[in-house]
Amino acid sequence: MPNVQSLRCKECGRDYPLEPIYVCDFCFGPLEVAYDYDAVAKNMSRESIQDGPLTIWRYDQLLPASRENAVDIGAGMTPLLKADNLGRELGLNNLWIKNDSANPTHSFKDRVVSVATTKALEFEFDTIACASTGNLAGATAAHGAKAGMRTIVFLPADLERGKILGAAIFGSVVLVNGNYDDVNRLCSELGDDRRWAFVNINMRPYYSEGSKSLGFELAEQLGWRAPEHVIVPVASGSLFTKVYKGLQEFAQIGIIDSADTKMHIAQPAGCSPVATAFIDGQTHPKPVVPNTVAKSLAIGSPADGYYSVGIANKTGGSATIVPESEVAEGMKLLAQTEGIFTETAGGVVISALRRLARDGVIGRDEKTVALITGTGLKTLEAIADSVETKTIEPTVRSFDEIVMETVVN
Amino acid sequence: MPLRRVTFVFKTELIRRPVIYELGKKFEIVTNIRRAEVGQEDGWVVLELEGTLDEIDRGLEWVTAQGVGVSSIDGDILAG
Repeated sequence: MPNVQSLRCKECGRDYPLEPIYVCDFCFGPLEVAYDYDAVAKNMSRESIQDGPLTIWRYDQLLPASRENAVDIGAGMTPLLKADNLGRELGLNNLWIKNDSANPTHSFKDRVVSVATTKALEFEFDTIACASTGNLAGATAAHGAKAGMRTIVFLPADLERGKILGAAIFGSVVLVNGNYDDVNRLCSELGDDRRWAFVNINMRPYYSEGSKSLGFELAEQLGWRAPEHVIVPVASGSLFTKVYKGLQEFAQIGIIDSADTKMHIAQPAGCSPVATAFIDGQTHPKPVVPNTVAKSLAIGSPADGYYSVGIANKTGGSATIVPESEVAEGMKLLAQTEGIFTETAGGVVISALRRLARDGVIGRDEKTVALITGTGLKTLEAIADSVETKTIEPTVRSFDEIVMETVVN
Repeated sequence: MPLRRVTFVFKTELIRRPVIYELGKKFEIVTNIRRAEVGQEDGWVVLELEGTLDEIDRGLEWVTAQGVGVSSIDGDILAG
């Protein structure tokens, strides 16, 4: 970790020691890891990256922990696939899908939790915790198990059974009788009160750095070039800001020539505070009460919403509010063209992409990446009314009548 | 005394109203502004509130009812 200098306030620039803290005492701005980029540039090259492990830890010169002590269950280096079939549907010749459902617990959260857990061990915490409705729960539970830490994952008691079991297999789930606000409040109080590593509270400056690896990978997998457009599903906005930061850092230290990527926000209509602020010309998203089928994007009060709006504006990007009815359509379109079964957040991204292509925001030949952040297998209920099956009698005649007729016609 | 760190977001029509002053007058809450900005379409203030938890809750309920967007500076903890 020789390249890490301090935690630095994003607003007033005040420096803090590398501790489990996350807010500037003076201006209440968020703290972010600050690096010595001259040192990074000396220690990091395309070759040194390629010699590293096939995980996020190949980029450890730009992460706040070193790979030697990493809690690593294989997060990162997920496939970047040329999406020619979907591209044909949308009129795009240079479309790529970054498939982060190929992570160990099937979402991009493995990237951030791998870094948070590593730092938690470094800070000598014995307990790691999170509050989640899905992907973060699985990632924290799995990394906590690998690290040998006491792990506490808070889930709303009325969450779908599949999601509860998917985290509980790692042995660490607490179900809370209460709604979304109740769980938030409980965890906020516990975060203040207990000496725990709470992945997205006191570990947040380190945790969020893990998302930069998505930006690094895009550049590496595109032949050391930044894409012209990236479409990102936005919840808290942390992923959005860190993909941007990753691309900028690679340009700053000379790993890539430039990073002029336009950053596009995708949110569902049932929870779109960040996209709404962007579209209305406002700087700060106004909180909303989420009511969306895209549960992994249901953040009504997004901590990094302000910064996401700023980056979308600065890069010449955009924001799309996807109607709830188009979420499952986007999931089906990706599945039936590219063979990738995405979660609802991916459905939001694909439907946003379709609108951006239709409206000419993305040019036909411009290099475009859609981020698919998790698997659809965790959110089967979202497509229950959208897919059809056929039932036949166990005879060839029945098959020919019911199935072949449809195929031919 | 408990402290809460929050962001208030004001739409244009509310920017001229001294909502934070009124909050301090109507409730037993000490307000301490740390950062603020007024733009063309909105304004926001990051501030610390000091008071009993019940009084802060009542105060924030009143602020929200005036049309101000209220959020913790931590954002939502419960993530997807």
